[in-house]
Amino acid sequence: MKNYLRVLITLIFIGSFTQIKAQDITTLVQKVKNKLDQVNDYVAEGKMKTDVAFIKAPVGKVKVYFKKPDKFKLKRDAGISLLPKGGVTVNMRSLVAVNDYTVIAAGETIINGIKVKIAKLLPNNDNSDIVLSTLYIDETNLVIIKATTTTKENGTYDIEMQYGKYINYGLPDKVVFAFNTKDYKMPKGVTMEFDNDVTNEDRAKMKNKKGRVELAYNSYIINKGFDDSIFKN
Amino acid sequence: MFTLLQIELYKIFKRPRTYIAFAAITALIVIIQLGLKVDGKEYADFVLADMKNMLEINGKIINGYFVCYVILQLLLIHVPLLIALIAADMISGEANMGTLRLLLTKPISRTEFIMAKFLAAAIYTILLLIWIAVLALFVSMLVFGTDDMFLVKNAYAVQIERADIFWRYAGAFCFAALAMLTVAALCFFLSNFAENSIGPIVATMSVIIVTTILSTMSIPLFNTIKPFLFTTHMVAWKEFFDIKVNDANETIKGTVEHADKIIRSSIVLVVHIVLFVGASVVVFKKKDVLS
Repeated sequence: MKNYLRVLITLIFIGSFTQIKAQDITTLVQKVKNKLDQVNDYVAEGKMKTDVAFIKAPVGKVKVYFKKPDKFKLKRDAGISLLPKGGVTVNMRSLVAVNDYTVIAAGETIINGIKVKIAKLLPNNDNSDIVLSTLYIDETNLVIIKATTTTKENGTYDIEMQYGKYINYGLPDKVVFAFNTKDYKMPKGVTMEFDNDVTNEDRAKMKNKKGRVELAYNSYIINKGFDDSIFKN
Repeated sequence: MFTLLQIELYKIFKRPRTYIAFAAITALIVIIQLGLKVDGKEYADFVLADMKNMLEINGKIINGYFVCYVILQLLLIHVPLLIALIAADMISGEANMGTLRLLLTKPISRTEFIMAKFLAAAIYTILLLIWIAVLALFVSMLVFGTDDMFLVKNAYAVQIERADIFWRYAGAFCFAALAMLTVAALCFFLSNFAENSIGPIVATMSVIIVTTILSTMSIPLFNTIKPFLFTTHMVAWKEFFDIKVNDANETIKGTVEHADKIIRSSIVLVVHIVLFVGASVVVFKKKDVLS
């Protein structure tokens, strides 16, 4: 009888502990969200670098526009921009929309020397494109250091953030998107390059590898407002 | 020599057939531009379908620079025929009309005579290319605007910044001039052996068609002879539109990935021009002109 009681107490303790932990992590995510909620809109300027094995692209100046709740637009100052499909449009605020997600605590780890808490976000909406998001949250500064998002349509991508002078708003100075690329296959009939044969070196280049898009922000203009028409084009 | 050249140019530009080439090129370019203006988005979606599965590509893909590249890819295969119409007629045309013997009674050397004729054909060829440049590049820039160039190649895609493109076209057109002069020189050489212009025109086109097929077929047997075919080198203008990257995979402005290929191909084409024109001079000097 005594043993049964012990097991029961242990189970109740573990159950309560898990619930407290879940509440803790939900509160933490909520705190991060509250921090990000200070920002109603922003215009950020920076540089974007697309690093995909089979694409030769230049580093370009970009402008990023954000407006609550989830309006997001990345525009290259001049020229063509290449972005991972679906990836960049997911902004930090949409990642911590706790009302639509179930938050599960998944322990702690250290990223770049920073102790972070791991929160797994499961969307409650079955139709959501995001299947699972794992957030690595710096509890001290209440910012997301890394996020791994698995989507139905666009695969899995990692987003890593580095913070600087805009850390009080939860806005990063540098964002690195890493995403999976498929094998690059381009028929000669499309490229009209009948004269060039694909070499073994080229084939190795075309193989499935990780792609990266780096956004390094120089400045943010926060809560100054701007015209919504920017999101239309 | 200059007077001879003037006379030859007068003869070329007095003939209505000279303007067929300009009219044909205008029609072809306008048709491509119209097609891309109306259905350019669909064309871009088709070309970038594989890429768009992974990436969102924002910007003006169908812009003047891209349109010019598409036109050159399609057109530079057919321009040799238009050059042959004139270059192949330079000597055989005179022979056909019976004026060759008469012309050679003038106090000019045969070398001067033939060089003036080749220079006239060369000027016609270059004017044709300038016309292509005006329509394909400048008109396209006006109609479609400008932006970065995004090109899909067999093994990778290349994005070239807007400010880094124009000089590449200047280089590409200069290279195309060399390629077309090689065709003109071949026509000119073959023109020595015929009494009418149909023969050299057909012979030139046959040579170009056969060698182009050999150049483009990826069969090991033909791979060994490819470097010796001038048609293999004629398409090296495309190399201007490939760019070097640094260790961080960032493009380096103002660079060409395979500049050595352009230099090698240019040398091969210049050697062909010298050989064909030189052979024409030798053959013509020894020729018993009876017509």
